[in-house]
Formats: sequence, structure tokens, C-alpha cells
Amino acid sequence: MTRMTLTFAIELLIIFITFFMLINASAVLVLAERKIMGFMQQRYGPYLVGPHGLLQPLADILKLLMKEELRPKGADKWLFTLAPILSVTAAFAAFSTVPWGAETTLFGLLDRPVKLGVTDVNVGILVIFAITSMGVYGIVLAGWSSNSKYSLFGGLRASAQMISYELSYATSLAAVIVLAGTLSVREVVDSQAGTWFGFIQHWWIFLQPVGFIVYAIAGVAETNRAPFDFPEAEQELVAGYNTEYSSVRFALFPQAEYINMATMSAVATDLYLGGWHGLLPFYTPIDPLIEQYGLGWLVFLAKVGGFLFFYIWMRWTLPRYRYDQLMHFGWKFLLPLSVINLLLTAAGVLYFNG
Amino acid sequence: MAETFAFYLFSGLAILASALVIGQRNPMYSVLLLVASFGAMAGLFIQLDAPFVAVALMIVYAGAIMVLFLFVVMLLNAPQEDALQYDRTHPFRHPVLMRFGALLAAILVVQLAYALLRAPDLRVPVAGRADASVVGSVAELGRVLFDRHVFAFEATSILILVAMVGAVVLARRESGPQ
Repeated sequence: MTRMTLTFAIELLIIFITFFMLINASAVLVLAERKIMGFMQQRYGPYLVGPHGLLQPLADILKLLMKEELRPKGADKWLFTLAPILSVTAAFAAFSTVPWGAETTLFGLLDRPVKLGVTDVNVGILVIFAITSMGVYGIVLAGWSSNSKYSLFGGLRASAQMISYELSYATSLAAVIVLAGTLSVREVVDSQAGTWFGFIQHWWIFLQPVGFIVYAIAGVAETNRAPFDFPEAEQELVAGYNTEYSSVRFALFPQAEYINMATMSAVATDLYLGGWHGLLPFYTPIDPLIEQYGLGWLVFLAKVGGFLFFYIWMRWTLPRYRYDQLMHFGWKFLLPLSVINLLLTAAGVLYFNG
Repeated sequence: MAETFAFYLFSGLAILASALVIGQRNPMYSVLLLVASFGAMAGLFIQLDAPFVAVALMIVYAGAIMVLFLFVVMLLNAPQEDALQYDRTHPFRHPVLMRFGALLAAILVVQLAYALLRAPDLRVPVAGRADASVVGSVAELGRVLFDRHVFAFEATSILILVAMVGAVVLARRESGPQ
């Protein structure tokens, strides 16, 4: 095998690794969520399948696969089937421009450096944004095609919520784009290499604390997680948009949700927390070692894991909002705040660079 | 070879989806097919080395269709009801009006063909031009938009603002004496 074909094979392998990481992310996150919830409620959580309940996701998947697939009589046949597929496809596709590690030649094994991540487009941030906004269609279609009142309400809530919070989400991202001066995610990450004054990491979170908070809140609303899980609010809507779903079709919705969480966290890590540059917020002597041995992807995974823990922590700590409060908060507080943040950032960049 | 194939695939999809948008009875399917049509068009733009335009198309148009979707759900909740009856009794179903519509469509096609034949820029592929590397760049697009076309840009944004305020005024419920 020549080195060129080897490089090509490695690039294909990276795509498969990304795909399987995402598939497994949903399984691991389900377990993590139940274990952390158990810990917070002072009980064990799943404990019976495997040591410490570690094989619980496997049992869950088997159970879901064995169930009978039901479709309500009045449901729209095509759209009812299409909705979960659309949801999960959009979730996977959104990760396509998210890089998860620096360029590497595998210690000189390859003839040119390969990039860890599926692809690197020069408008990567916009691609992520465009595909995430396509994810709403899956949820709204599920709600509409089920021909059930609860589902329809869930779908309508999802669409209104996602349209509202997408604005703050995009505006907070725009501030980072202005700072980094590029739309490519990989270039944004690499613009965060190095330190300020030799000890603070050159991460954009330190220049964009407000933007980061807005992004985190809007991200929770975009992924329909508690405290913003109105599309599936159990006490009000049975299970919201997925009420009528069962078996594999049902399983695809939580899977899409967990993959979206992973994408959100990965984007936050790449744009605000320096991606694979620097382990801790301040300079430590391990940083150059990490760069030298090409272990940046482990740092990246650690940061994503921390962010995901934060997501789960929030879900089991905060009570659900009220729907009108959500709308007021999104339009009257979060959006103006992110617009002011963007304007101030742009003014600052013009003042110091221009 | 692969590029030609992709071109015909995307254009075929776009035309098919657009034709089905108006051929559908169910407004829900029409709306979805419109999204598919925009997706195929975005594919064509990527082939033209304009990824920014492709992504903007997806965000602005395909995203805005979401709102159209809501209108369909909320306002037209009975899609099949009396559709045939509605078609049969529609005031536009007059032979003279139908011929007039066909004439307008024919004129539109002729105009488009004339404009395409007259535009000299279109005969040179983007990759063959001297400024090929700048055409697709976001920075260059922004510069042209906010420099040469700044008046049109500002006029459009004022138009959209007026439309938005108008929509809010029209949608507002008549308030009582308080």
C-alpha cells in the first residue's frame, strides 16, 4: 500500500470514527444521565445489567428494537415515517464540519497531515447553523403527522421555541466570528492557540463571557432540554411531539437529541473554550507536551464531557419554565443582550485592529 | 464526469420538486417539497464554488419556510376538504383568464431566455475568470454588498422593517378602552 492510499484510508477511517463516536455518544449519555440523576437524588440509578449497570444502554436498545411499531390510524403515513429519520439525519450531518483534533501525520507515517474531523469547509460555522435549523422540521413533522392534539402542541412549541432562540444563538456566534475573522471552525480553534501575558489561555470565552452564556442558554433551548423542554413537557403534553411513536422510530428522537447535545457542546468547545488548545483556563506545563504528542483530541473530549455534564446537571437541578416566560426571556432579554454584545465586539475589533 | 452527473441530479431534483410543489393537493407536502427544492439549489451553488450562497439559501429560505409551515398548520388545518369543489368554482377558472395566464407565462419564458442569451458573463465559467478566487469569498461578497450596493441593501432592510411593523399592527388585537 502506498502512502497516498494509506492517507486516504485514514481519512475515511476518521469519518467512520466520528460517526461511531456520535452513535455511542447517545448510548453513553443515556447511561450518564441516569447515573448522575441517581447520584443527585441519592440513589444508585441503573445497577442490575452488567457491573454497576454499565450495560444498561445495551438492554435499553434491545428492548426498543423488540417493541412493536405502532402507527395511529389517522396519522400521515409518509411524514410519520420521515420525521424521525429527518431528525436523526440532521443531527448527524450537523457534526460534519465540527473538527475534534489538530492536524496530524501520525508521527510521520502519512505523506500529508490529515485533519481530525469529517470535513473542513470555509463557511463551516454557517453549515452547522443551517443544518441544526433543519432539525426542527423533524420535530414539527412528528407533531403534525401523528394526528394527535398533544403531539401537535409539542410540535408547535418546538418550532416557535427554536425559531426564537436561533436568533440569539446565531448572534452570539457572530460575535466570535467577528473576533476570529473567519467562518471556518478549524481556523477559529487555531486562532485560540497561545496565551495572554503568558498565563491566561487565549480562549475567546475570556473576551466573550456574555456571548458564551447566551450561547449556552440558547443551546439548551435549541436542543429542547430541561429547563426548556416544552415540546415534550410530560406534565402538560403526555410526551409532546413523540407521544404516538414507539419502537425504533421512537428511539431515533432521543438519539437525535443526545447527538444534538454533543454537537452543541463540541461547537462551544471549539468556539469558546479553545478546542484542543490548553487543558485548563490558565497555562500549565503540560500544554506544550499535549501539543507535542498530538493528544489534543483527548483535551477536546474532556472539555466536551465537562459541558455535557453541565447539561445533565442543569436538567436535574432546575424546574421547567413557563412557556410565556420562555418567549419573554428569549425575545426581550436574550436577543437584545446578544445584539449589544455583537455591536460592542465589532466596535472593539474596529478600535483595536483598524 | 461526476460534476456533470451531480449537476443534472441537482437540477433534476430542483425542477421535479418545484413542479410537485404546485402539483400537490396537501399544502404540507408542498411546503416540504419547497424545502427539498431549495436543498437541491444549494447543491448547485456548491458546485459553482459558492458555498456561502448555498448556506445562506438554506438558512434564510429553508429556515423561513418553517414559518410558512406554521401558517399551514394553524390556518389551513383542513387541507383536503372541498379542494375539488374549490377548484371548480374558483373565479380564475374562466377560459379568457386562463389564456391570459398562459400568455404571461410564455412571455416570462421568452424574457428569461433573452436575458440569459444577452448576458456575456454567463458564458465564461467562474473557474476560468481572472478573479475566480474572489468571487466566492465571503469577505469580497460583504465588501460589494456594503460598498457598491449599499443603497439597495439599506432600502431593502427598510422595506423589511416596514413590512414587519405592518404585520405586527395588522395582527394586533383591537384593544379595549383602557
